[in-house]
Amino acid sequence: MAQFLLRRLLISIPVLLGITVAMYVIINLAPGDPVTALMNPEQMANLGPEWVEQQRESLGLNDPAPIRYLKWLRETATGNLGYSFVDRLPVTEKIGERIWPTLQLMLVVLVIAVVVGVPLGIVSALKQYSFFDYLLTVLGFLTVSIPSFFLGLVMIYVFSLKLDWLPANGMYTVGQPRTFTDSLSYLILPATVLGLAQAAPIIRYTRASMLETIRQDYVTVARSKGLSETRIVTGHSLRNALIPIITIIALNVPSLLGGTVIIEQVFGWPGMGSLAIASVLGRDYNVLMGINLVIAIMILLSNLLADTIYALADPRIKYA
Amino acid sequence: MSAATTAPVESASRLATVRPRRDVTLWSRFRKHRLAVVGLFVLLVMILIAIAAPLLAPYDPNSVSLSDYRKPPSAEHWLGTDSQGRDVLSRLMYAARVSLSVGIGAVAIYVVIGTILGGVAGYFGGWIDNVIMRLADMVLSFPSIIVIITLVSILGPSILNVILVIGLLGWPPIARLVRGEFLTLRERDFVVASRSIGAPSGRIIARHIFPNATTPVIVNATFGMASAILLEAGLSFLGLGVQPPTASWGNILNAAQSITILEEMPWLWLPPGAAIVVAVLAINTLGDGLRDALDPRSRR
Repeated sequence: MAQFLLRRLLISIPVLLGITVAMYVIINLAPGDPVTALMNPEQMANLGPEWVEQQRESLGLNDPAPIRYLKWLRETATGNLGYSFVDRLPVTEKIGERIWPTLQLMLVVLVIAVVVGVPLGIVSALKQYSFFDYLLTVLGFLTVSIPSFFLGLVMIYVFSLKLDWLPANGMYTVGQPRTFTDSLSYLILPATVLGLAQAAPIIRYTRASMLETIRQDYVTVARSKGLSETRIVTGHSLRNALIPIITIIALNVPSLLGGTVIIEQVFGWPGMGSLAIASVLGRDYNVLMGINLVIAIMILLSNLLADTIYALADPRIKYA
Repeated sequence: MSAATTAPVESASRLATVRPRRDVTLWSRFRKHRLAVVGLFVLLVMILIAIAAPLLAPYDPNSVSLSDYRKPPSAEHWLGTDSQGRDVLSRLMYAARVSLSVGIGAVAIYVVIGTILGGVAGYFGGWIDNVIMRLADMVLSFPSIIVIITLVSILGPSILNVILVIGLLGWPPIARLVRGEFLTLRERDFVVASRSIGAPSGRIIARHIFPNATTPVIVNATFGMASAILLEAGLSFLGLGVQPPTASWGNILNAAQSITILEEMPWLWLPPGAAIVVAVLAINTLGDGLRDALDPRSRR
């Protein structure tokens, strides 16, 4: 097992490096200059071009791109992701305070998606071609066709502005002691919007996976032994059907991360997504690069986790 | 004896009718999917509105009139006016041009890239195949919205850049499909036969392999159009896509980030949102119908 994990980790490293190189190349194609982008024209006129040059030199922006990349990589390996061009705070600190809200949101979204998606997928498969199955297909179509930010706006309109049940913006009530119920009330709307979108593929794959397993010989054998239908479904069919679903959940992590970007912006959630948008608008390359790195690591880890669970759950897979 | 002589004639005439018959069955199969027919109809209406926007729009979409500031829907302005007194309905009609052409343009770009890369990977195999497919994995494993906002911020937000960026990132699924078709078709009897009579590679690819790969590509491209429209809407909503004063459904919705507008002026954000949902839903049902009609095996 340890060997399997180690090998998987080693395979991830070149992919990670590839992603960082690609991102670095993209960012270096930028025509914008982070030094001039930061200063108001008045100040620049007063202090003159020497001062701009000095600023640029002190930020290490005059080295050739490959050297800058290697410098960045060396620093990254030691845990230094550089400093924000905008507020001079360390990137690790900026991302550090934004990563937990995003992870919290993602976790709740995943729980909602699985709790909603898996049972609906099972029922849909057991009652194939029923009205319920058809209804779910239509609803699935609707959820992939409604932009999440629009659904978010509608939810804010209905539940925050008209009914006044839930808060629309932020993570907790400012100036009040943080309580669980308070935090939960802020989490419900964004997590539901993303959770519904994420549930759609889980429903589809659970259904397909269940349909496949309920036709297997071992299910027929179980039925011929006279086992109850519930035991057949839960003990024989579902157990095997769940294995590919683990992969689907892991494969959806990128789309989940992408979803948080827009949803965080809509609900004023102080996570990495809204930080990414702020740094795009402010041309804060170091922060943007740091976020990309963190996202790449999160995706590789989720793939690794999925592989591991897969190997543990399915004895047919040898992890040698 | 007479049977033997008539048989080839019959099969020849059957061959001659293969083409129209296939189209007839295609349409009759597609027609059974009622939702898809509705989707096709809705999409055609939207395309017509987009093309005829200058004729249909009651007002100039960009004419600012401060005396008509944020007016609710009325007889003169069916969907009211926005914060600059512009007619919302006219802006929606012009926005359809932008949103639909982003969808079509972006998908056209990545279908070309994906077909070429997938074809090269599938035809040459070996390390070229490996490099292209790993590249595809990498692009697929990264949240595209992050890459897109990074690229758009560098290139500058504009319609053309949004089309380019979505087009540059969308190719992996197409490349995988085309590569898959190449790999399976390469060894099929009719391809082997054609190679054995000395047909050049280019001719084999053009005559035997591409025509067979078109079906999955068309279906994929249809769904891709829907997601390109969604992406453009999201980007424009964030202010990183189509820039005002040019109207797109997404950037009209941008105004709804203000709580006042969201709460008190639903005519400013509900119609563009509804337009996105209707367009995307129409395209997705159309794609579903096409998949069923073109490939009966994939029927659920």
